[in-house]
Amino acid sequence: MSAWYLALAAILLVTIAGALIRVHRGPGPADRMMSAQLIGTGGVAVILLLAASDDDWAKLDVALVLALLAAFASVAFVKAASGDGLGDPESDADGDAER
Amino acid sequence: MNVLDFVTIVLTGAGLVFFIAGTAGLLRFPDTHSRLHALTKADNLGLGLIALGLAFQSGSLYVIVKLALIWALAILAAATTSQLIARVALPAELRRQRGKNGLKSGSENETR
Repeated sequence: MSAWYLALAAILLVTIAGALIRVHRGPGPADRMMSAQLIGTGGVAVILLLAASDDDWAKLDVALVLALLAAFASVAFVKAASGDGLGDPESDADGDAER
Repeated sequence: MNVLDFVTIVLTGAGLVFFIAGTAGLLRFPDTHSRLHALTKADNLGLGLIALGLAFQSGSLYVIVKLALIWALAILAAATTSQLIARVALPAELRRQRGKNGLKSGSENETR
């Protein structure tokens, strides 16, 4: 059973590496941030599989923290991408239409 | 191999298929918003299937509840951040389409 989990985790890592192609190609910053989100979700799944592979369920805490940090990273991106830094993209969209 | 192991193998294998589908969508879909659509739904379903499959192996209620909480956090985070990223990506997407269609529809907006 442990070998199945490790094989699954290895294939999942290759899948996550595919997201790096999207980071390379872009074209916009939002596309690159979506790749980071994919790496976050896939990383959580890899950690779950590693926790199951050696029956060390304390690793679930690592997965929990990684899921939280991936969410915060996206929120930080949105706050940085909006013009006034308040994280309200709608105000920027209106400003873009008026300009 | 008992029945629980078989259920785990089937569920985690299905989860892997959804992860591969999500990555294929992220790489192949044509614009930002359709890529976001592929990413947030397929990946979180894959994560849920893997967590569900592993729940059959843990044997303790504490671990099962924790797996469910991890999935719930991932789903809530994906729902929130995908809305935020889609709203950030919208102006850039509109600008790109305007450029692709020539200046006939967007020229009066491009006076800056």
